[in-house]
Amino acid sequence: MSLDTAPDSPVRLPFEPLQKTNSVINEPPLVRGLLIGAALAFLSLFLLLPLLSVFVEALRKGLGAYFAAFGDPETLEAIKLTVIAALIAVPLNLVFGLSAAWAITKFEFRGKQFLITLIDLPFSVSPVVAGLVFVLIFGAQGWAQPWFGENVGRVLFSTPGIVLATVFVTFPFIARELIPLMQEQGTEDEQAALSLGATGWQTFTRVTLPNIKWALLYGVLLCNARAMGEFGAVSVVSGHIRGLTNTLPLHIEILYNEYQFVSAFAVASLLALLAMVTLALKSFLEWRYADQLAATRRH
Amino acid sequence: MTAVDRPGRRRSRRTLPGFTPTLGFTLFYLGLIVLIPLAGVFFKASGLGFAGIGQVIGSERVLAALRLSFGAAAIAALLNAVFGSIVAWVFVRYEFPGKRLFDAFIDLPFALPTAVAGIALTALYSENGWIGSVLAHAGLKVAYTPLGIVVAMTFIGLPFVVRTVEPVLREVERDLEEAAATLGARRWQTVLRVIAPAVFPALVTGFALAFARAVGEYGSVIFIAGNFPLVSEIAPLLIIIKLEEFDYPGATAVAATMLVLSFLLLLTINLLQAWTRKK
Repeated sequence: MSLDTAPDSPVRLPFEPLQKTNSVINEPPLVRGLLIGAALAFLSLFLLLPLLSVFVEALRKGLGAYFAAFGDPETLEAIKLTVIAALIAVPLNLVFGLSAAWAITKFEFRGKQFLITLIDLPFSVSPVVAGLVFVLIFGAQGWAQPWFGENVGRVLFSTPGIVLATVFVTFPFIARELIPLMQEQGTEDEQAALSLGATGWQTFTRVTLPNIKWALLYGVLLCNARAMGEFGAVSVVSGHIRGLTNTLPLHIEILYNEYQFVSAFAVASLLALLAMVTLALKSFLEWRYADQLAATRRH
Repeated sequence: MTAVDRPGRRRSRRTLPGFTPTLGFTLFYLGLIVLIPLAGVFFKASGLGFAGIGQVIGSERVLAALRLSFGAAAIAALLNAVFGSIVAWVFVRYEFPGKRLFDAFIDLPFALPTAVAGIALTALYSENGWIGSVLAHAGLKVAYTPLGIVVAMTFIGLPFVVRTVEPVLREVERDLEEAAATLGARRWQTVLRVIAPAVFPALVTGFALAFARAVGEYGSVIFIAGNFPLVSEIAPLLIIIKLEEFDYPGATAVAATMLVLSFLLLLTINLLQAWTRKK
């Protein structure tokens, strides 16, 4: 064979390539088929069918009944509250994520690993316990309630409590996405910008931000999905006042418990659509910008 | 050379601006949102004393709920360990139609709100649901039994095992498998003795993550559980019931016990993992 063969042209070997046919490092077709079958059956049973059933149940009584569910003023209030909570919680955790990632990845200091562990803490706390935490502070017997009740207003069973609980459960999402990536990127780019006369803020907005924008979007996406879908923590602090302190997931629970199944599933289908959009965008980012996302992006 | 370089590099690192404000804000926000509120639980629990906590935890209903939460979570995590490994294996090693679509759907439990998952699973597994009606013929009742809790917990923990095992499996060198084969190993021996040990630590991590998530899970479980005291009532639900009865000390005692138990379990699993890595 001549040496000037293009490297990507298929090389003809006098024997069959080992990787493809060698039964020694591959499973027989029957085993392969069984394993693929088992995997797909498991995924269909636990993932695809539940997702599909949301839409089937929602459309059980036709399109009219489906859209009627969204005419309910309480549903509209629930949508509004869910969006408000996410609109406050996500930017707060975004600012926190950026600031934590900057401090942790651009500087050396003692106890860094411990700080990262503390940031991850909300992931290992049950949502119900997260809600309980704020009841203990702001509840009728809570230690902060006397002062807050007089000077700020109600926290529990109103929007601030719902926002607080949402902020708590979505706390690590963005920081966790940014820290490994910015650790990998180091500080050379920023040093160069500074030595060329950029101010600190210019360095951040023109050098750091463009470097991390896709990872940032990825984190925001996951943070938002969790913020809009949080149930346990919000359920504890909301008080379930219809039309006032019900988020979409809580509204679904109420409709379901009142046997309004079509409405419950119709509202649920809205959140299921949000989940599918989130997954689609997430897959797209992973496919297109895999190298600009953190290496350890799963949790 | 490096010894001379290092101090200089460290000093130049410090020339980046913004250390004090960003670290300050990070610590302030972390303390305000997470640390102080969580410390409150233990402060409140310590007010009860060991005797007080023991009294709450010792009651039959609380014991049953804790047993159920941890037991069902263990079974669900085990199911996920088995099927998650198969899924990871199939996605890393084989090609088949629809692979990319299925791959995207694996993360569904992260994206789908738990309440939505809860009512969907209940509709599927109740006696007139698609799966429930089939199982009912076989005499198996899933919805409104502890079995339903396992189903919901399996759903919620599904991505953890797959996503921790997948990258490790991808790293396994096929050369090693070929070497094992040339040395006379059967395929199953290679899988068991060469691949399995390499993947095992990741599998344990995935198991631990799925387990931790399932123990605290609330939204997807309460719809399918039926919530009968002593039979299908999970610990997080008991916390909510106690809160609704204004039994704050009782709720705190259960919450603190759950926190301590999960931390201890995660610690044990981490130690176990460090030990297998050393071996």
